[in-house]
Amino acid sequence: MDKFFESAYSIAQQIKDNSITSKEVVSKYFDNIESKNSELNAFLITDKQAAIRQAEIVDQKIQAGQQVGTLAGLPVAIKDNICTDDFTTTCASKILRDWKPPYNATVIQKLISQDAIILGKTNLDEFAMGSSTEHSAFGPTKNPVDPSRVPGGSSGGSACAVKADMASVALGSDTGGSIRQPAAFCGIVGMKPTYGLVSRYGLIAFASSLDQIGPFGKTVKDCALVLNAISGHDPYDSTSLNIESYDYLQYVDRDLKGIRIGLIEEFDEVLDVGLRENLESATNLFKQNGAEIVKVSLPYVKYALSTYYLIAPAEASSNLARFDGVRYGLRVDGDNVEEMMINTRTQGFGQEVKRRIMLGTYALSSGYYDAYYKTAQKLRTALISDFKKVYDQVDVIICPTTPTGAFEFGAKLDDPLQMYMSDIFTIPSNLAGHPAISVPFGTDSNGMPLGIQILADGLNDSKVIHVGSALETLRGEG
Amino acid sequence: MTQDKSFISKEQVLHVAALAKLNLSDQEVTKFTAQLSDILGYANELSELELKDVSPTAHPIELENVFRDDTVLKSIDNSKVIQNAPESLNNQFKVPPILDD
Repeated sequence: MDKFFESAYSIAQQIKDNSITSKEVVSKYFDNIESKNSELNAFLITDKQAAIRQAEIVDQKIQAGQQVGTLAGLPVAIKDNICTDDFTTTCASKILRDWKPPYNATVIQKLISQDAIILGKTNLDEFAMGSSTEHSAFGPTKNPVDPSRVPGGSSGGSACAVKADMASVALGSDTGGSIRQPAAFCGIVGMKPTYGLVSRYGLIAFASSLDQIGPFGKTVKDCALVLNAISGHDPYDSTSLNIESYDYLQYVDRDLKGIRIGLIEEFDEVLDVGLRENLESATNLFKQNGAEIVKVSLPYVKYALSTYYLIAPAEASSNLARFDGVRYGLRVDGDNVEEMMINTRTQGFGQEVKRRIMLGTYALSSGYYDAYYKTAQKLRTALISDFKKVYDQVDVIICPTTPTGAFEFGAKLDDPLQMYMSDIFTIPSNLAGHPAISVPFGTDSNGMPLGIQILADGLNDSKVIHVGSALETLRGEG
Repeated sequence: MTQDKSFISKEQVLHVAALAKLNLSDQEVTKFTAQLSDILGYANELSELELKDVSPTAHPIELENVFRDDTVLKSIDNSKVIQNAPESLNNQFKVPPILDD
């Protein structure tokens, strides 16, 4: 492999050793952006000049023998729902088309303080609502493995950028699987950390009790490297956890002795033959290498999808009320304030966003609140207590990341319920606030990549990294 | 997937759209009524569960009020914020009239 497109960890080492310069690296990635992005549409905006300038500064620091950050000189891509004051932040929506945030998200500050080079902003389903990136107002992103297929979503642009060597690592956000599902579809690693581990300050809210920022990388180690940089307490996010910091890199490349791995009984019946065989071969690798495999039961997990599609739209309908044409973004005039707001929202939001706002408004409306929203919240409690019992018996759970490999464009566009089913295996971790990682493993009958997902209890991010990294090694390409 | 039973009516869809400050075309009303009915029909599986004694979870971590010391900190520059306003006047957001004369 070309030394410029190895794992981010290895590129960072080479830059630090001064055996390659950040400027060379960043230029190589821009070569790819220039040759591939017009077809793949991973990036909505980039700034080559600014990136090269930043890279030169890092190179100068290294040549002068100055201390540099853990991500020094690395080219990074950012999902376009994370605020950056150097780039517009559009959420792939017409309503925010030209919006330039007056501040950086905390994760951006943290990347910059570790000397990372931000290349640009990546495409997504509008406001992160979708599983294919087809709901972007600026056109879909394509899957670099097979451009006739979707890259997954909502963070499809970030997954595509890393897979196609247009960025060494990337940030995405995961509300119901929006990092892990596109990572699986594109054949890279994607991680959703424990809720509260990474600050959400500057992440444009979709469903605040579920949203979490996390990394994409070619390897689990790359994700650990980025997680080290972006995690930590933030006084600007009241839901950010005030806990001791970890070095997640030390959980990479460990053996599996004494690790107990759970298989969810209830998922057995929903797996097709290909998925079951793929999961079995991962399970066998774990077993042969010292892990103990335990069958576990999560009786309420089959209700997770219903629960999610009431809670997430309910929170979204409330969060997206702020887009009213008054303070920022699009304004479409009307005879009075109310008409102006209606016209703005009607023209500014796309179909999927409208659908979810409607669904959420209905679930919260008088007469339906108890039947829908409150019942879903109770189910969330039941699911969390299911998980609690299981994590008394096992360290991690493994299951497929997605029910299929990447599908073709248009396949699910007219049937939202079918599209929502893409998230069936990823949603439970969001409802519980738990960490989970998707590691490439196997392919479907079309030759498209599949992912194996590793789930752990809240704050056990180190365990998903540990077992994920082991799977990568056992798979034989790590 | 179509349900025999409709879980939301066109009138309800129009009512919800009004609450959400959205204008829907006739075509959208028809489409959303069918799609939302599908989704709500699927979610209706929750109604079969006995959850009377379960308390609701609004958030994955138990939240308490988070206070900071009452000290003055630097805020974002007002003019930088106003730059994003669709319309502004004297460094303030300008909106169409709210009250009649």
